[in-house]
Amino acid sequence: MPSYEILRLIWWVLLGVLLTGFAVLDGFDFGAMALMPFIGKNDEERRVIINTVAPVWEGNQVWLVLGGGAVFAAWPYIYAVAFSGFYLAMFVVLCALILRPVAFKFRSKMPNARWRGFWDWCLFVSGVVPPVIFGVAVGNALQGVPFTLDDTMRMTYEGSFWELLNPFALLAGAVSLAMIVTQGAAWLGMKTDGEIQARAQKAGAVFSIVTLALFTLAGVWVAQGIDGYRITSAIDPNGPSNPMLKEVVRGQGAWLGNYAKFPASMLVPALALLGGAFVWSGLAFKRSMLAFIGNSLTIVGIIGTAGVSMFPFILPSSLNLKAGLTVWDASSSQTTLMIMAVVTVVLMPIVLAYTGWVYRVLRGKVTKAYIREQSRGVY
Amino acid sequence: MPINMDVVALSRLQFALTALYHFLFVPLTIGLALLLAIMESVWVMTGRPVWRDMTKFWGTLFGINFAMGVATGLTLEFQFGTNWAYYAHYVGDIFGAPLAIEGMMAFFLEATFVGMFFFGWDKLSRLQHLICTWLLAIGVNLSALWILIANGWMQNPVGARFNIDTMRMEVTNFADVIFNPVAQVKFVHTVSASYVTGAMFVLAISAWYLLKGRHVEIARRSMTVALSFGLASALSVVVLGDASGYTASQNQKMKIAAVEAVWHTEAAPAGLTLFGIPDPAAHVTRYEIKLPWLLGLIATRSFDQPVPGIADLVEKNKERIRSGMIAYDALDHLRQDRENKALLEQFNAHQDDLGYALLLKRYTQDVAHADDGMIDAAANDTVPDVPVLFWSFRFMVGLGFYFILLFAYGFYQNSFRRLETKRWFLRLAFLSLPLPWIASELGWAVAEMGRQPWTIDGVLPTFLSASSTAAGNVVVSLCGFILFYSALLVVEMFLMVKYVRLGPGEDRSLAERKP
Repeated sequence: MPSYEILRLIWWVLLGVLLTGFAVLDGFDFGAMALMPFIGKNDEERRVIINTVAPVWEGNQVWLVLGGGAVFAAWPYIYAVAFSGFYLAMFVVLCALILRPVAFKFRSKMPNARWRGFWDWCLFVSGVVPPVIFGVAVGNALQGVPFTLDDTMRMTYEGSFWELLNPFALLAGAVSLAMIVTQGAAWLGMKTDGEIQARAQKAGAVFSIVTLALFTLAGVWVAQGIDGYRITSAIDPNGPSNPMLKEVVRGQGAWLGNYAKFPASMLVPALALLGGAFVWSGLAFKRSMLAFIGNSLTIVGIIGTAGVSMFPFILPSSLNLKAGLTVWDASSSQTTLMIMAVVTVVLMPIVLAYTGWVYRVLRGKVTKAYIREQSRGVY
Repeated sequence: MPINMDVVALSRLQFALTALYHFLFVPLTIGLALLLAIMESVWVMTGRPVWRDMTKFWGTLFGINFAMGVATGLTLEFQFGTNWAYYAHYVGDIFGAPLAIEGMMAFFLEATFVGMFFFGWDKLSRLQHLICTWLLAIGVNLSALWILIANGWMQNPVGARFNIDTMRMEVTNFADVIFNPVAQVKFVHTVSASYVTGAMFVLAISAWYLLKGRHVEIARRSMTVALSFGLASALSVVVLGDASGYTASQNQKMKIAAVEAVWHTEAAPAGLTLFGIPDPAAHVTRYEIKLPWLLGLIATRSFDQPVPGIADLVEKNKERIRSGMIAYDALDHLRQDRENKALLEQFNAHQDDLGYALLLKRYTQDVAHADDGMIDAAANDTVPDVPVLFWSFRFMVGLGFYFILLFAYGFYQNSFRRLETKRWFLRLAFLSLPLPWIASELGWAVAEMGRQPWTIDGVLPTFLSASSTAAGNVVVSLCGFILFYSALLVVEMFLMVKYVRLGPGEDRSLAERKP
């Protein structure tokens, strides 16, 4: 069996892969729905937009479900602290996510315009709320979350829902929303034609710039305005998963330590900016696929930047510094990490293979003619 | 820190409501997915378009139901973290794994191919589409398997040990977790019950069409499929339910004693109480009607082993609490003095009873020095709600036998093509529509209320599992769920009824009509 240290690193990377997979794939579903009321000017145009994601959004959402399950299995402390600490925020996300499947399914089941208009706004809400709240959550994680653990490892959280909505966290929420909306726009650029495509590309150009501007602003803020955390005691990467055994200090610029120590890691934030350049050249040369890949790289860069900046922290505590959860002390047992790694290595290639096949079957644009022809079968 | 019992009670209520609500949609998804795959197989093999129309029609209803199942399933996954954070910490090492595997192995499969089922009719060859439908059905069934492996572990926690350094349970043998006998019998029982639900849904709606003389071609064929599939499933529910009871009697003696209201151990072989009014205060069952020997046979598969009664189990649990207190005390000291071999030995000797000592936390923080009164109270807490279990179980089993009779009679008459003349049967079949749902929900009540006061049987008490969150938060989410879910149910029922009334092939006119 690989060492505990290696397995923990593997699962830290896999956590990033799952979050990125969710943001890249389900991100375009959220983004397309966030744009739908604005760039779909009538029922038919809206149906075109909805049906670009209709056959695939459900599979994409599994990235979130699996992300939740994987955190539960590999990082139980993080699962416990994040979900119970952000209780009401999680409830709001959940409501948005519950709304989505029913809105997709119910919307075109009745011809009534008010019925459809109502569900369109539900789809819009379910497209905007989750990216904002997930971004806000990351913004809070970067600042540290007010929780502590007692000697039976029971977690208590001392913050309130409204404290989650502090200025830096809201900025992080805005970064997240902008990058997801860009993803939706890039997707619609690939999957639609004519006026809808033109509007989507315009939106993509604007939101791509907004994403990178806000991301840069957040970077400056992290460097100048908020405290990071650093472990000061000796670290045993193979030690037991007990967060209370270490010493931690808080300090300005601590989140930049990894970039100083490993300069190569600066490629991660650079990737976000490079992706933005791809988005723009994709739009300029009318290569929609290039724009989509470009923004996917931006997403990888942004999520990666949060992870690399905080490493080895995953969820620092602002209330009791030593209770902060890190890669070295918040994981499952070595056996569980190993079993889950094997399962992932066996199953994920199969999942990716049939997902790829499905996208190949569905390749090509969704047009108004298609909606008219298939009116009965599509959403 | 002290436990807030309001948070525990509210969280339990919320979990029970959201889980029971989720399970309104799950059995139909599981049952109907397989029926769709069967119908479509006939279409591909015979090439008769009526079978394709059947698949599409039942597929539309499946889709409405599936969306609700997906939507409400997320709530349950989230709640393990939001409302049961200590549980998530304490057993996440074991319990999280099947949930994650469920995502990778089952959810991706069903969620990806459900899209192909609805949107692939014109993009795929007949055979390709059929394969997608089967993969959808397989995915749905696999998700039931993995979630029941997780649930089975809550009923019978095998293959795990407490780790002193991390203060939680950790896996020692994952194969034991997967091949847990409780999980296996639960899976087959639950899945068969879901097939009954799917069959009853198709049967009842087809019966309604036959009564109205509408869509006769589709209704007749659907009925034939539903009756044969339903009869086989109904038989397997009862047979496998019996296996489930036998397994429980090996692992959860208290649950069996409560379900059967066995207050005091009887001489073997014990009799089966057919009817009675359990009185938990007096520890007797009044107005009993008993069949001799039967319970002993079902529960122990023998003539000479007794079925232990509640009073004796409570006495045994007192001993386990006292033993657990020794483990708790040793653990307390070990945390200061990690290298002390004698303490470690003491802990290891008693650690299987540690969970029983945790029951005392409701009465005292100083668990190691609890007095006799506290121990008695904690031991009495290990008795679940007897009348509720007794009656839920009896209604469930009664319905199980009713389904066998209903499907068997229908199957018999149908094979002589006489069914359409038996209008009373068609009416009865239609009126029986809600019954499988009632039976399923009662089944969950027996399984989960019978597990109380534990979330993990013998390991972690329910009241300790809850998050340390403010009661106000849980009130907000609970009220939110009740309002939101009620509204969704109204819309869902409205659409279901609408599309059932429209029937096969007529939804085009509806979707096309201009507003």
